[in-house]
Amino acid sequence: MQFPRLLLPLLLLLGVSAQAQSPTYGVGRTPSAEEIRAWDISISPTGEELPPGRGTADEGALVYQQKACAGCHGATGTGGAAPRLIKNDRGADADPWSLGRILPIRSPYATAVWDFINRGMPLYQEGSLTTNEVYALTAYLLFVNGVIEEDKVLDEKSLPQVMMPNRETWAPLPDWWKPGMPRLLDYPY
Amino acid sequence: MSLKRSDRREFLKRGAALAGGLGLAAAKPALGQTPAAGGIITGSPELVAYGTRSRFVTSERIAHGGRASPDAFGLDFHIASPIQDSVGVITPSSLHYVGTTRGAFVPEIDPQEHRLMIHGMVDRPLIFTMEELKRLPSVTRLHFIECAGNRANRNHTTVQETHGMTSCAEWTGVLLSTLLNEAGVQEGGNWIVAEGVEEVKGASSIPMAKAMEDCMICYGMNGEAVRPQQGFPLRMLAPGFEGILSVKWLRRIKVVDQFYMTYNDYGHLRQDSDDAALSMQIGPKSVITYPSGGQQLPGTGFFEVSGLAWSGGGKVSRVEVSTDGGRNWIDAEIRGTAHPMAHTRFSFQWNWDGAACELQSRCTDELGSVQPTRAQIGEFWAARGQPPRIKGQDNSIQPWRIDRDGSVHNAIS
Repeated sequence: MQFPRLLLPLLLLLGVSAQAQSPTYGVGRTPSAEEIRAWDISISPTGEELPPGRGTADEGALVYQQKACAGCHGATGTGGAAPRLIKNDRGADADPWSLGRILPIRSPYATAVWDFINRGMPLYQEGSLTTNEVYALTAYLLFVNGVIEEDKVLDEKSLPQVMMPNRETWAPLPDWWKPGMPRLLDYPY
Repeated sequence: MSLKRSDRREFLKRGAALAGGLGLAAAKPALGQTPAAGGIITGSPELVAYGTRSRFVTSERIAHGGRASPDAFGLDFHIASPIQDSVGVITPSSLHYVGTTRGAFVPEIDPQEHRLMIHGMVDRPLIFTMEELKRLPSVTRLHFIECAGNRANRNHTTVQETHGMTSCAEWTGVLLSTLLNEAGVQEGGNWIVAEGVEEVKGASSIPMAKAMEDCMICYGMNGEAVRPQQGFPLRMLAPGFEGILSVKWLRRIKVVDQFYMTYNDYGHLRQDSDDAALSMQIGPKSVITYPSGGQQLPGTGFFEVSGLAWSGGGKVSRVEVSTDGGRNWIDAEIRGTAHPMAHTRFSFQWNWDGAACELQSRCTDELGSVQPTRAQIGEFWAARGQPPRIKGQDNSIQPWRIDRDGSVHNAIS
C-alpha cells in the first residue's frame, strides 16, 4: 500500500496524464521479445501472426503419410479412431452446417485449421511440425474437402484469403450483448 | 473442550427437556456407544498425512456424453459429477466434473517452473511466477462451472447423466482485472485469448467486458491447491459462463482486437445471433437431486426434497417446487446463503402419499429470469417462426416421475 502513495506525487511532478494506467503493485517482470515470440502461437482470423512459409495439397498428402496421420484419422481422412477430417457427402449445394463438425469444412476461417494443426498435431508430438508442413497439411485438408483447388499455394498471405463455405453463415455475439445482463431481450428465461 | 460446571448443568437440563419434549424419554437409553460393525480403520502414515472417505461411500464420477474417458488414446474428455449424492453446495475436488479440449492428457506441471504471461495489446507485457501471483491481492468466491454439454435428454436415466456436468467449488485467486490493469490494456483491446499449457494448448476467446468484470485466475480450490484435473497450478474462471472459457493449466493471456476463433471457439459456433447470445451465460437453472432418476423411495411418508439451483446471471433469488407436474408451484427453502453464480441448495418438506406424481423445480435469478420448461422454450421460438429447439445453454426444467412403487424416472418426453 505504500507504493501508490509514493507514486502519486511523482506522477503529478512528471505531469503524467491522470488517464494513463500505471502498475499498482509492481509484481512480475517484463518478458523479453524473444520470450513473447516463443510463447505466442495465437493466429487471428485475419492472419497477422502467420509465419512466412508455403505448402500445397500434394505436399500435404505426402506429409499426411510421413507423419502417420492415417494411423488415427484413417487413410482417407475417415474411418480412424480420431475425428474424421472429410466432410459428409451432402451434394454440392448443401448447407455447410450439414457437412459435419469437421474443422477444415465448418471453420469460417482457414487460419483456425492452420492454428489447430500447428498447436495440436500430431498426437504425442504436438508442435513438432515445421511451418511448411502445417501450410501443406492445411492445403491438403482444404483440397480434399473441396474448398481450394489442388494446385493452390497456401502461404501467410493467401491462407487468410481462403473463402471457407461457412465464412458468412455463423453468428458472432450481437452488438448489444453484455455479461451479467438478461441473456436476450424479450427472452424471459 | 471443558464446560464450566454451571454451563454443563444448563446443557444437561436443556438436553433432558428436549428429549422429554420429543417423547423419547421412554426410548432405549443412549448410554453405551455401539461398536463399529467392521472394526477400526487401521491408522497409517498416509491416512495421517491426507485423509480419505469411508469405504462405505462409493459415489463416483462417470464418463459423459457417450465417449469413454480415458478414451482409446488415453485422453480424458467429459466426466460427470455424481450430483445425486451431493449434499450442501460444494463439490468435493475429487468429484468435480471434468471437461477438456478435444480430449486431453492431464499435464504434470511443476509449479516452480510454471509461468503466466500477459501480452498483446497492453502497455506492459508481464510474466508472473506462481509465487508472484500469490503476492497479489486475492479473492475467494464460491462459483459453479458448467459445461455447455450439460444438456438433458429423454435417454438419460440419472441426474448424473442429465446434469452431472456442473460443479461448484470455493475458488481462490487473483482477479483477472488486477493483472490486466497491471499490464495496462490498450485502446481496442476488446477480447482476450486464454491458453493452457497442455499438449494441445487449448485456448478460448473471452470478451474484455467479462474479463474485466469478474474473471479470476485461480490457484486455490476448496481450501487447497487446484487439482491437476482442474488445471493445477493455475486456471481461468469465467463465472457463470460456459465452462470451456475457464481455461485450465493457464500459461498465457493475449489481449487482442477481435474474436480469435480458436479451436475451442469454433466448436461452439452458432448459426444465429440469438443462439450466440444465449450460449455464453448460463440461464437460471435447477434440478432436484433427491429424489432423482434411478433412485427408490422406500415408502410413503415424509421426505425432504432437495436440489441445486444456479444461474450465470447472478444470485438465485427463488426456487419453487411442483409435485404435480408443473400445475402448482410452492416456494422451496433456500439453504444457507445464495452466492452469485454459485450452486445454491434448496429443500422442500414433502409427504408422499403413495400416488404416482411428477416432481419439478424452477429457479428464478436476481435478474428476474425464470427457468423455463422445455415446452415453453419450444413455444417461444415457434411463435417467432423458428424451430422449437433449446437454443444456447440448456436451462430447462427437469421432470422426475415417481411411480406408485416409489421408483423415480426421467420424465422428459
